Amino acid sequence: MEYLVLLGIAVVIVGFALRLDAILIVFLAAVVTALLGDLGIDGFLTTLGESFVSNRSVTLFIIILLVTGTLERNGLKQAAAELIGRAKGATPGIIIALYGVMRLVFAAFNVSFGGVAGFVRPIIMPMAVGAIEAAGHKPDEDYVEQLKGMASGMENVAWFFGQVLFVGTSGAILVKTTLAPLGYDVDLLQLALIEIPVALIAVGVTAAYYIVKDNGLRRRYYGDSPAAAASVAVAKEGE
Amino acid sequence: MAFFMDPDILLGDKLMEVFYMFMGFMSVYAGVRNLRDKSNPSRWGTFVFWTLLGVVLAFGRWIPAMIDGVLIVVMVLPAIFRRVAKGSSAEPGEAEVEANFRRIGSKVFVPALAIGVFAIAGALIPSVGALAGCCIGVFVSALILWALNHANRPMVFLDDSERLLSAMGPLSMLPMLLASLGAIFDAAGVGDVIAGIVGGIIPQGNLTVGIIVFALGMMLFTMIMGNAFAAITVMTVGIGAPFVLSQGANPAVVGILALTCGYCGTLLTPMAANFNIVPVAMLEMKDRMGVIKNQVLPALVMIVVQIVYMLVAC
Repeated sequence: MEYLVLLGIAVVIVGFALRLDAILIVFLAAVVTALLGDLGIDGFLTTLGESFVSNRSVTLFIIILLVTGTLERNGLKQAAAELIGRAKGATPGIIIALYGVMRLVFAAFNVSFGGVAGFVRPIIMPMAVGAIEAAGHKPDEDYVEQLKGMASGMENVAWFFGQVLFVGTSGAILVKTTLAPLGYDVDLLQLALIEIPVALIAVGVTAAYYIVKDNGLRRRYYGDSPAAAASVAVAKEGE
Repeated sequence: MAFFMDPDILLGDKLMEVFYMFMGFMSVYAGVRNLRDKSNPSRWGTFVFWTLLGVVLAFGRWIPAMIDGVLIVVMVLPAIFRRVAKGSSAEPGEAEVEANFRRIGSKVFVPALAIGVFAIAGALIPSVGALAGCCIGVFVSALILWALNHANRPMVFLDDSERLLSAMGPLSMLPMLLASLGAIFDAAGVGDVIAGIVGGIIPQGNLTVGIIVFALGMMLFTMIMGNAFAAITVMTVGIGAPFVLSQGANPAVVGILALTCGYCGTLLTPMAANFNIVPVAMLEMKDRMGVIKNQVLPALVMIVVQIVYMLVAC
């Protein structure tokens, strides 16, 4: 009956898939595994206490919060908006791609500007729609819907693959603390270095894909060629 | 005190204990502030959660492990019964932020980037380490913020962090609890049992098959569970260790790439609602799958890239 000990894993998978309370699932899985694995109540409490204390590095985000809110208070988001706002005359696809590059660079330093709610909606989407209008077109509803999807996709890809480049990120610390009891000691800086090519390819591929897709969409909706759009934008700039 | 005097313990580890005490203080502060906040619907539950977390963070090393375990169980209970909430807290007003931005401008990037710079610097000094470096960076960042704007007093930092901590709520402890779950899996021998079962299916000794199964498994499990952190805890013990790492694969490469293989799954699943479904609502899109559809190609390219990377590097 040694297979019974796997019940804890089943609890995690089924619990998350059914969208039950995440903390409840993990706690339940821990209790079930400990009891079926003959750790007993004592063993459960001791293992829980020991591992929690030795894994305290996972809570590093708490100390980082000490400055996160105050950075916001001192205009971090506004400064980021000004930075991306310098991309004048760019096509919507290029604006989204540039946002991805900026998001990646800052994610590597664990700096965030508010995600879809705080940055894409109030800053990136108005810039992208503004670029359609600057090229002399009326924003088409279905086209803008695609741009929204791409802007959110860029946000997700750049954040996911960018944050693993930060040396103190919880994902990497979780990997380190998961490997430690299995007998493998890994170094946080090394983990970040390994991810550099992955992050560059992820953001590069996604940015290129969205630029190409956007060019195609503009041709379909407005009969634009990318060159024509750029020259219109440049002409506008010159006015 | 003996711990801090012991010359055999790395400077970075000693520093970290000091920083854990500070994090504990921040957590206790959040607990006490919420207790006194009449607008919080669950004052006591919130107080118990953050205060006990703070105690374990600050003094866990010196408390017997079993008592730590009891404290954590008691801490988790209000979270399970949804008795951890946030009260009212003063968000920075638009006028204040705008005025600060006009005064400071893009110089605000300096304190923002300082944390990462110090984390790297710490990582390069073996006796300090990345974690302590990162924490030092936080305080340097706070000092720069104060230098740029003297209105940034200690209480402003403390209250701003309390606001964010309370807003994140108990779910912010999920990675922590998952890490503990991993340790319990290990203590209960879960890995050995899985290795026994899967060994009958996957040919042992075939590293290539092991890597491909692990990478695709991470992606699929994350799609089902909607959370790469939960998936990696289960999959590393079950597949990663017995079928990939035991065959001499590089644990750093396999370990961290497995996580980002999981992120490919996150890009593909409506289960990761925060990333893929909430934006649809926030941007008022018509197609519920509109975000995911734009992520299919990047996710599939990246899973292939990462499998190739693991095969080449191991």
